Order: sequence, then C-alpha cells, then structure tokens
Amino acid sequence: MPRHQRRPSILMAFAVVLFGFGLGFGAEPAQARLNIEVTGGVEAAQPIAVVPFGVSDGLIPPVDIAAVISADLARTGRFRAMPTRDMLDMPARHEDVDLRDWTLLGMNNLVIGRVEPDGSGYRVSFILYDAFRGDQLASTTLVSTKAGMRNTAHRISDIIYQKLTGQRGVAATRIAYVTATGQGEGQAVTLRVADADGYNPQTIVSSGEPIMSPAWSPDGRRVAYVSFENKRAAIYVQELASGRRELVASHPGINGSPAFSPDGRKLAMTLSKDGNPDIYVLDLTSRELVRLTEHFAIDTEPSWSPDGQQIIFTSDRGGSPQIYRMGSGGGPAQRISSEGDYNARASYAPDGRSIVLVTRVNGMFRIGLVDLDRGFMRLLSNGSLDESPSFAPNGSMVIYATIHGGRGVLAAASIDGGGNQRLSQDSGEVREPAWSPFLN
Amino acid sequence: METIIRSSTKGASRPGSAKTSRVAGRFRAPRTLILLSAVFVAGCSSAPKQQTEPVTSPVLSAPPTTTAPLESTRPVYAGPWEDPGNPLYQRTIYFDYDTAEIKPEYLPVLRTHARYLGTNAGVKAKLEGNTDERGTREYNLALGDQRAESVRRLMIADGVSPNQLSTLSYGEERAANPGHSEQAWRLNRRVVIQY
Repeated sequence: MPRHQRRPSILMAFAVVLFGFGLGFGAEPAQARLNIEVTGGVEAAQPIAVVPFGVSDGLIPPVDIAAVISADLARTGRFRAMPTRDMLDMPARHEDVDLRDWTLLGMNNLVIGRVEPDGSGYRVSFILYDAFRGDQLASTTLVSTKAGMRNTAHRISDIIYQKLTGQRGVAATRIAYVTATGQGEGQAVTLRVADADGYNPQTIVSSGEPIMSPAWSPDGRRVAYVSFENKRAAIYVQELASGRRELVASHPGINGSPAFSPDGRKLAMTLSKDGNPDIYVLDLTSRELVRLTEHFAIDTEPSWSPDGQQIIFTSDRGGSPQIYRMGSGGGPAQRISSEGDYNARASYAPDGRSIVLVTRVNGMFRIGLVDLDRGFMRLLSNGSLDESPSFAPNGSMVIYATIHGGRGVLAAASIDGGGNQRLSQDSGEVREPAWSPFLN
Repeated sequence: METIIRSSTKGASRPGSAKTSRVAGRFRAPRTLILLSAVFVAGCSSAPKQQTEPVTSPVLSAPPTTTAPLESTRPVYAGPWEDPGNPLYQRTIYFDYDTAEIKPEYLPVLRTHARYLGTNAGVKAKLEGNTDERGTREYNLALGDQRAESVRRLMIADGVSPNQLSTLSYGEERAANPGHSEQAWRLNRRVVIQY
C-alpha cells in the first residue's frame, strides 16, 4: 500500500527555497548549474495541480517528480502550478480522487502519480485529469533508472503539455551554452550542455581560449563549435555520447558560424580563406567544400530553412548588416530584413514561417521576431546587448544571451508573450545558448 | 564625434597623431590590390585537416575535452617593439564602430612597422583584429578579420612581403577593456601587431 507524502507543504517550501538558491534535490553534479528564475508573464496561465507523487513504503525517490513537473509546466508560461501547501488532499490513486474538490479550488487539470520500485530502478505512473469534465486525458507508466528520474519527470511534463496544448513539449530537451570566467589570457571558457531546466550541466570542452557558436546536429547527438584552442579559430564537430570529435575546418583566416543542414549531412560555415568572410557548405561525408557567396563585404551567420532549400545569412553588402536569403546551393541573394540599420544572426522558426534575429533599436541590440509572410517585426527582448537567439524545437520560446546585473546570463521568452525566464550561474558569464532539437 | 585614441601607454604616442583631425578620405586598398591579395590567400589556403581524435568515455562520466595552447612562452626581450622608447612600441591601432577602414592618423604607425618589416625580412608579424561587444559575435569575428586584413593589405602595399604577415581575428572575444561603455568599446575596436 503506497504511503502518501504527509508533510508536503514543509517539503515544498524547502524545495522552493533550495530551488531559488540554485541547489536542489538529490545528488547534484559538482559543476555549477544554471539557476532558473521565471521573470513574469504568468497571469494568463492555466491553473493545474500536480499532487506530490505517492511512494511505496521505505522508498525514497531521488527526485520530487511532482515538483519537477510543476516547475516544467510553469516555465512554459502557459500553466500556473498550485502550491502544495494549498492542497486539501493528496491522492495518489484514482480511487482516492474527488475531482469536485479540485474544481472548487479553481483547478482545470489535476495530475496524480505514484513511484514504485522496479528492480534497481523505479516504475512511475501518473494520471492527468480534466477536472471539470471528469475525463482521464492521459494515464501512463514509465520505467526509470535512478539516474534518469529527472528526465522521466520531464517526459511526463511533455506528455501533459502535449495533451493540454496540442503542441510537443520541450521539458526533456537540452541547451548548449558557453561559460567564461576571467579576462583575456587568464580566461577559462567552457562549452556545456545542460537539461532545459538548467540541471545536469556537463562540460563538453574547456579551454583557456575562446569557444564560440555551438550548433546542434538535427539528431541531437553532435554539437559543432568554434574553438581557438590552437590560437586560431577552427570548427570542430563533437559527438556528445562518446566525446569523440573531429576538426572539420581550420583554414587560414576565420572559421566560424557552423550550422548543420536539416538532414545532418552538411555543415554551412563562414570562412575567410579566400580573402574575405564568405559562406561555404562542407559535405560532412565527402568533404567537398562549396563556396556559396563571393562578395567583398562580410557574409556570415548562415542558417538553413527547415526544408533545407534555402539559407539565410548576415551581409553588410548594402552598407549595414542585414539578412539575405539564397538557395542552399548558392546563387543570387535577396535581402529579407527591412526595418532597422543592424539586423544579424537570423535563424528560422521550426515551422519556417518566421525568423528570430538580433536587431538594433535606438542603439540597443534586441531580439526580434520577423513574420516572413507579412514582413512584420516584433521585439522579444528589452535589453541593450541581447544576442544569440535560438528557437526551442517546438517554436514556443526563444532562448538568448543578455546582460543582467553587469553579467552575461541567458533569458528565454515565450513567442506568445506568455512567460519569460532567466538562467544564470552563481559566478561567471553565460552566453551563446543553442536549444537542442527534440531528443526522444 | 569620436575622440581620437592614442595608445594608452606612455611614450607610445606618435608626433601629431593626437591632433590630427579626421580627414574625409580614408585609406582603402585599391580593388586590384584586394584581388591580388585574394588570389594570394587562395593560393596558400589548404584543405581542412581531417583529424579524428581518440574516443573517450561517454559524456556522463567522461572528463571534458581540455585544450591547451600549442605554445605559451615568450622570450623576456623579443625585439625593439618592447622598448617604450622605440617607435615600434605602439603596436595597436583603433577603429570606428562597424568599419574596417584605417583612420589616417594611424598611417604613420603602420608605415613605421612596415618599414621595419621591410628591412628585416626574417621577422614575422601576426595582425590580431578585434571588435567591441556590440552586435553579434560571428559578425564581429568577420569584422575583426576585415580589420586585420585592412592592415595586412596596407603593409603589403608598403612593401612588406606577404609571407611575413598573418592575420587572426578574435572578434569581440578578447576585450582589452571588459566594460560596457563607449570608453571601453573604443579601446576594444583594434588591431594589434604581434611580433
């Protein structure tokens, strides 16, 4: 017979305090993780109650699954999770649920669940209810290792999110980013990959020289990046699971802006080996290198359209940096950014209908979202040096780099204006976020 | 109007540089020269080295890839550019925002270095291009490359052999001053001549 967690409000309050200070449940990796703060936009969110999961007698799960799910849902900006201290009852089984209690508390949806031992791991089951209609919208059991419990919680969050919004969730995705401490020759730079909630940061590369421009392969297994470790810019492609990496571009001049084609077979990049920064595409299998632009201006920051047919890039050929589009085999380029005298680092939304970019507004560098059908630009950020925007794979949010309190931090903004969050480390700079594709 | 910058170190100023007013016509390498340089660079460019590094254990347990520079030592006294009384001591020139055009007041500095390199054919120099933090990192990497390239072309036009010169852009990654104001930015928009 499962035992309910009897003092959840104290536990939850403790969890909130720990969460706020960047600590957390269970064994944390030694590396500083990213602390997430939700910075607003939750007024229009749907209320949902995620009841602390019941546990079998004597079992101490390594993760408070309900707390992880509540935080995941709250971060989307679309949900407001009920604090545990406001719950009148904490059912863990269907037969103990009285949905009227929850509708009286204003909850549209309710999630209950249980954790039971399964060999050396756990079996985690949950039910998602529509509290008003009385329907079970989802009822699923997942098997998890001890180490995989946070990921299991994120997968449950994504199932709930998809059931309630019709859109795939991104709780079980990851972000790559660059950290830096110190200055100049004394700096320590790392490339890291962490879960989308900032947990489980893993250092992929560390160096005393700059590391730039991480880019995910479409299958989420590899990351391309620029490293100056040999005292000059070079592009590497590294497999995350094995740590094995390949040097793919180390020409004279700059080697920058790697971008995988949607089929993962090619890497677009910027090289200045022919005298000036231009866009090239490297076939990762045949090693054939094709030059796509040939202009005395700067051409850089290539990004593929989701169908792989087109490449957008930054060029100052018209006198100021603007976004241009060409076929992915090269050919004539057409300017697509219209507003402003500085537009750069554009990338497509997953549906290909809009792009995010860095735009200068009254001397401030901000993140803009351009609707390609209507040509209309909307600002997603309000900092002064915002950069490196990267779409979540479901297109719901954009993560970018900004400065807060004089330090480099990451921020994420909902496309629909629903929610914003800030991700920072306790010390040092965080920059150049790249959101992974879907990983399962 | 932007203040004209001198090297921040004493003894480094060049006669007249501080008071030179901005001249409309700035140096820009002639197109033929650009083409010639481009042909030269194309000639020296090599195919990417396709080097596969050894497999390490999976990322969950693997120590991260740690990189180390190939060379890190410098001699105590490397050459006359280290002597504050020598005209070669000024090895940094500064740029206006978002441009790779060399300001006229730096032409004497660059010609001094070009003359030195022309006389000493065995000496090599690395031209390091940098930008301020405004704008995107990869655009700035390209802009730093163009700044270093502008200096390289000028020096070649002044008679320096191309194989004495190399360029390296750090973009905005190696700020001389980490601040977020114009005072910091103007010190960061620079090319440094490294012997």
